Amino acid sequence: MGGLDDLYQQLILDHYRNRRGRGRIEGASASVHEHNPVCGDECYLDILVVDGRIVEIRADGDGCSISQAAASMLTEVAEGKDLDEALDLVEHFRLMMHGEAEPDEDLLGDAIALEGVARYPVRVKCALLSWLALRDCIADYRETVATGG
Amino acid sequence: MGNSAQHTLDARALRAEFPILASPRPGGGEVHYLDSAATSQKPQRVLDAMDAYYRETNANVHRGVYEMAAEATERFEAGRDAVARLVNHPREATVFTKNATEAINLVAWAWGIRELGEGDEVLVTLMEHHSNTVPWQIVAGITGATVRFCPVTPGGELDMDAMRGMIGPRTRMVAVVHVSNTLGTINPVEEIVAMAHDAGALTMVDATQSVPHMPVDAAAIGSDFLAFTGHKRGGPTGIGVLAAAPERLEAMEPFLGGGEMISDVTTEGSSWNDIPWKFEAGTPPIAEAVGLGEAVAFLEEVGLENIRAHEKEVARQMLDALDEVPGLTLYGPRDVERRGASMSFSLDGVHPHDIGQFLDSKGVCVRAGHHCTKPLMRHMGVQSTARASAYLYTTDDDILALRDALIECREWFGAA
Repeated sequence: MGGLDDLYQQLILDHYRNRRGRGRIEGASASVHEHNPVCGDECYLDILVVDGRIVEIRADGDGCSISQAAASMLTEVAEGKDLDEALDLVEHFRLMMHGEAEPDEDLLGDAIALEGVARYPVRVKCALLSWLALRDCIADYRETVATGG
Repeated sequence: MGNSAQHTLDARALRAEFPILASPRPGGGEVHYLDSAATSQKPQRVLDAMDAYYRETNANVHRGVYEMAAEATERFEAGRDAVARLVNHPREATVFTKNATEAINLVAWAWGIRELGEGDEVLVTLMEHHSNTVPWQIVAGITGATVRFCPVTPGGELDMDAMRGMIGPRTRMVAVVHVSNTLGTINPVEEIVAMAHDAGALTMVDATQSVPHMPVDAAAIGSDFLAFTGHKRGGPTGIGVLAAAPERLEAMEPFLGGGEMISDVTTEGSSWNDIPWKFEAGTPPIAEAVGLGEAVAFLEEVGLENIRAHEKEVARQMLDALDEVPGLTLYGPRDVERRGASMSFSLDGVHPHDIGQFLDSKGVCVRAGHHCTKPLMRHMGVQSTARASAYLYTTDDDILALRDALIECREWFGAA
């Protein structure tokens, strides 16, 4: 059962059972709702931005252990980052999921435990759901700011 | 396991005819394939028939005057004869399509686009596969017709009282699934067809999950249209069937245009070939029809009655096995007389994707997701379920492996 332990590392199961950064933000700067059409998993992501920095990030929704752990890890590592740093972080994670980047543990924090998911193509979407939601959330925020909304 | 003395089908012996099931999975151990509702495994003789067709007599059909072409046409049309015989339907009204989905789309487009309009209603049910919902929604969007959904009871059966009330003078088409791919429910299609016809509506029966598993008599059901696929009953992918009332096919304009479906083509216009070829534009799935014909012969030798009896026994075993799993919720009827051996369930505290992944590590193949029945999922208040589905080659070993893996799965994810 090496393959299974490789996919479901203890750190992943720990984040799944004890979700960090779960919930919604009242008066968020930007919010997105994404879903995975393959399985119907949903993710609500809210960010609160002050002076170009994510001071608070919350993820909510339902999904498998991989998607929930990934969302939990995301909120831990993205909070406090400025928007460009956060986008770099998401891109690095995305490349890792597609096996196109050597994972940088300093950057990824606990999310490095998701490296093994890259070997399970159908599960990559689960891991990426909340992370790509952050990318979209930042884009929405910037568009709103640019249009003075 | 249990009192299976009345069994006339030896699933263990039959497994030997399916190369995928007869060989160990990568890493060793037996494959417990419980996803036959998605697609069935293929017996060696089907693979051999298709291989022999390509090796011995590959040529396009209905065209060449040379002997090989005549032989190809003969084997292709023999596939049609076999399928027509299987469901007791006239061969000339048995149309080959790409799959069951295309068979339903054929009717939605060839009939619906011309016949539906504002105020007309298409009645489907909440337990339809997307293939018997979305084509009607598309056509309704173009014609101004309305698609209505017959509800499902908490026990996972069609609400027949509601259906009676919903079929009325505006109803032009009643499209209903014979056996639910998600719940396993067997619907009373004869009764529904009669109700629809009394109201002057046409009927489409999606028989995708019934034709592989039980005797299906298209004449007895009496629907205007009956759709099913080849790959869920031992045949290849890429071929489906529309068994339609001959007079409907005669009256309908074509769906796809091109070669083979014409009688004459001039610069002024075209006229159509006889049925069924009028609805088979372009080179058809020839090797697939040959493989399908062989699959029919295989099923007939095993006996559809025997397959149904076996699957009832498997369904009983599966119900008992799932009952032994703590925290498991089963969706759909519990009476094996009213259901097939396809069962959806959820496990408290473990997401279906994780169930599927964990079971895979034990060699147990199940489906996780919405099973292309999203309106039903919403109705049941779940995003997705896990589904185990059996076929003629399913043994009690498969069911025990499923049970043990599910119990272990829940412990492993810390939900126990």
